[in-house]
Amino acid sequence: MITAIVVLSALAGVAGLLLGFAAVRFKVEGDPIVDKIDAILPQTQCGQCGYAGCRPYAEAIAADEADINQCPPGGENGIIALAELLGRDPKPLNPENGIEKPKMVALIDEHNCIGCTLCIQACPVDAILGAAKHMHTVIAQECTGCELCLPPCPVDCIHMTPITQTIGTWKWSYPVRSETHQPADQATA
Amino acid sequence: MSALFSFHGGLKTTRHKTESNQQPILVNPLPPQLTVPLRQHIGAIAKPLVQVGDRVLKGQMIAQADGYISAAVHAPSSGVVTAMELRPVPHPSGLSDECIVIETDGEERWIERQPLDYRQLHPSEVRGALRSAGVVGLGGAVFPSAVKLNLEGQGGQLDTLILNGAECEPWISCDDRIMRERADEIVAGLHIMVHLLQPREVLIGIEDDKVEAIAAMREACAGTNYQVRAIPTLYPSGSVKQLIKLLTGKEIPVDGLPADIGVQCFNVATAQTVHRAIDLGEPVLSRVVTVTGHVARPANVEVLLGTPFSALIAFCGGYRDGVERLIMGGPMMGFALYDDEVPVTKATNCILAAGAGIGELTPEQPQMPCIRCGACVEACPANLLPQQLYWHARAKEFDKAQDYHLFSCIECGCCSYVCPSHIPLVQFYRYAKNEIWAQEKEKQKAELARQRHQARLDRLEREQKERDAKLRQKAPRQAASTAVTPEADKLPIEAAVARAKPHRIAAPADASPASVAADDDRSEPNS
Repeated sequence: MITAIVVLSALAGVAGLLLGFAAVRFKVEGDPIVDKIDAILPQTQCGQCGYAGCRPYAEAIAADEADINQCPPGGENGIIALAELLGRDPKPLNPENGIEKPKMVALIDEHNCIGCTLCIQACPVDAILGAAKHMHTVIAQECTGCELCLPPCPVDCIHMTPITQTIGTWKWSYPVRSETHQPADQATA
Repeated sequence: MSALFSFHGGLKTTRHKTESNQQPILVNPLPPQLTVPLRQHIGAIAKPLVQVGDRVLKGQMIAQADGYISAAVHAPSSGVVTAMELRPVPHPSGLSDECIVIETDGEERWIERQPLDYRQLHPSEVRGALRSAGVVGLGGAVFPSAVKLNLEGQGGQLDTLILNGAECEPWISCDDRIMRERADEIVAGLHIMVHLLQPREVLIGIEDDKVEAIAAMREACAGTNYQVRAIPTLYPSGSVKQLIKLLTGKEIPVDGLPADIGVQCFNVATAQTVHRAIDLGEPVLSRVVTVTGHVARPANVEVLLGTPFSALIAFCGGYRDGVERLIMGGPMMGFALYDDEVPVTKATNCILAAGAGIGELTPEQPQMPCIRCGACVEACPANLLPQQLYWHARAKEFDKAQDYHLFSCIECGCCSYVCPSHIPLVQFYRYAKNEIWAQEKEKQKAELARQRHQARLDRLEREQKERDAKLRQKAPRQAASTAVTPEADKLPIEAAVARAKPHRIAAPADASPASVAADDDRSEPNS
């Protein structure tokens, strides 16, 4: 009887020590699920979800404070990917956060720009180049199309333009036979 | 002759070579205008060297190779550059691309041609000459040949050099005619390739229905150790992977290149341009194009790059009644064009005016559901499971499609051809490949945006810290100055005057310390 108690207590003690050691030795820094959610989000950093960027939104989803349908740039595909990752049911995009739009880039009308630097301060990815009282310009390759530069502009000289299709970016479309045969540039017009 | 190997699947197609291969290669007259695209090769678009209004000579480089995988572009004839702009090019999208438009003057004045003796040159100099001569693979893939002729960093030793004269597409016969008429030039080009690559053996693969071409090539190769091999007429024997399997029995690993297994493969027309570029100093200015199908006089035509398709069709007697589609390339792997005003490029091996009533080019039939008959599996020369690929591509399950080796698909079209339900299988695979590439690009862009956003947050935090540090540095001094003059916050000037008064009476020169303290206070709201 006593032997059994001693043996079991010893076993429990050893197991406890092992577990305690493992908890310290293999401690996971940060929350891995946040990284996985962040990898799915489009990194537009637009804040339409109500959080200050994609990472804060990912943290909120992981903490169950935000729903998975608050990201308009990620769209339906993004919601489906999030639902798959988190084992939830996909749901339609919350219209309060905005609607899914085709990808655009910001373009500064350089004749009207007064060089106020307000858009530079608003850009979440530092994609606007310029200095005080000098013309600003958008680095199109770096622009995420978040539209955050539009409201601060005092002269409304920033516009969102659709990304033009080139031979390099053209894709074969989903094969549907009923489609009429016409060039890609006319089809998108 | 050693025994041939075979590849899985393939098709016995009805041959339509005799329509165009019964007469010698014709030469298309000089058109009044040439539209030369800057992207006639795989890789980076060429960088223009001329401006609108410049006079150019025949063979003058008008755009240079930009980067390692790129090729130069030359003026196909002498004349004046009248425009440099976006013009429609032969591409399945129907989109426009950068072109240089040359108004020809009819004089055909050449630049000074400099033939090179490749035996006296270092291989890298020969490759440099090929690069600046714009030599690319003329079989249709237009990959810069200088890159393929460089084995450094790939083991350096080549077992087999293969010259591809299979030409398995059922309607194309340009390589057939080149081999019949210009076998000596092909072999001269082959000598240069052998000099660069030093292969253990050289094999020339030609489908056994091209009897005259095989005879001509055998005659030209007499006295050399180059072996001309007749291969069975079975589509797609002219595809690199299948031809290598047929001739050597070796298979290219998944995601591998022919050079990985010690084999390199070139088209016969490419060998001819290699000869012209080195031995004659002539860059690639023209190519032989098969014009066939519903045209009055089908033929093989030597045509300057940049010539509009419409001029070529007119030279061949114009369209016959019943043309439905204009296809560039063969019926199996080619694509339909939107317009016949696009220019001939280095990739244009065939222009096929397709319509009902000729061969098996029947109009597109309504698509029916897959009945899981497995005919596509039997036909697939790449040993894939086309049906599985189809299900996954259709359902947009791209990960699963990749598990079934979607990227090993050579898009030969055998599966679509045999499909009794007329499912456009290859189109589904192209769609899935394009989507995967686009998603990959999107991911890279998102990752870049994430990094830039993080860098910005770090910068803002750093700047905030620096500001705080500055404020803290200033704080003790402020405390000292406010202790001396507590009323200074409210009325700094008055205070300064009041403080200055007794000093002025006692010693007028001592006013400066108080005014410094007042200055300090005034600068505070600004910081």
